[in-house]
Amino acid sequence: MIKTNCPICDAQITLPKNTEESEVISCPDCHIRLVVANLKGNTATLEEAPKVEEDWGE
Amino acid sequence: MVTVGLLHTTIRGDEKLIIEAAKKRNIKIKLIDIREEVLNRKTYQCDFKVALERCVSTVKGNHATRFFESIGIKVINNSFVSAICEDKFVTSLILQKAHVSTPDFAMVFNADQAQKAIKQIGGFPTVIKPPLGSWGRLLAKVNDIDALEAILEHKDVLGSPHQKSFYIQKYIKKPGRDIRSFVIDGVTICAIYRDSPHWITNTARGGVATNCPVTKELSNISKKASDAVGGGILSMDVFETEDGLQINEINHTTEFKNSERPTGVSISGVIVDYCIKVAKNL
Repeated sequence: MIKTNCPICDAQITLPKNTEESEVISCPDCHIRLVVANLKGNTATLEEAPKVEEDWGE
Repeated sequence: MVTVGLLHTTIRGDEKLIIEAAKKRNIKIKLIDIREEVLNRKTYQCDFKVALERCVSTVKGNHATRFFESIGIKVINNSFVSAICEDKFVTSLILQKAHVSTPDFAMVFNADQAQKAIKQIGGFPTVIKPPLGSWGRLLAKVNDIDALEAILEHKDVLGSPHQKSFYIQKYIKKPGRDIRSFVIDGVTICAIYRDSPHWITNTARGGVATNCPVTKELSNISKKASDAVGGGILSMDVFETEDGLQINEINHTTEFKNSERPTGVSISGVIVDYCIKVAKNL
């Protein structure tokens, strides 16, 4: 497990071991969409996920 | 061991399922965030022969596909398929030409032509969509000429160039749902109903997914549509009409994470199996 904090509300977030860089998650407290910006060993940095753009989708 | 390059931007739940399915099959997935890459043919080093394009950004995904194809990598789906499926107008043209049942449609570039087109395809209500886009964004059900004029003026003033090409489609009265079929290598592996009281039934807009039996009619029209656009890994939005099933749109980087549970089918597993098949046939 990897412990880190929400960059918006500072809530503690626990990420599972199979977390990947660039993965999109939601903060369990403030529900903002976050992205795993950096992941090294048991250290992860989260950033606010990019806003949806015109060409996003399936 | 087969290695598959997974071309991505942000990693969604769908990509996580693909990674898990690959692990179960002892397939190595090399994650490539294309936003971090320098796509230079003269310098790029590549240690895989097959890539799966899963970018949430259509434009970036298409550039990545073209690049990797140019250095000899087999990309799933290939650039021929993505060039058709990324654009709703081009998809409709290809489907109609291949005699795949699809709602009537037209493309226009101003309000006067829009009125003519709407008369040609059966009058109001009608649907206006951006040719490029997904998740039910910026779709408009237009009930009369006043609404038409207002919507087109807003698009003209506020929109990007893509928003100034008006794709107009006959409005199809649906039975409170549409169908999403998942078609891999021409085979319909499963399907869901997307139920919604709203005329837009995308699950991204609140449509609820339940299992839809794969009938012969659904399987046949999905296969025909898949053949028309070049095959690969696709999902299709299908309307049930009085005249039978009609293909509305086709997705070439389909999202499926909410469809595995209701269908009981490991869509991610079939996707990985298809990648293995392609790699072994190189």
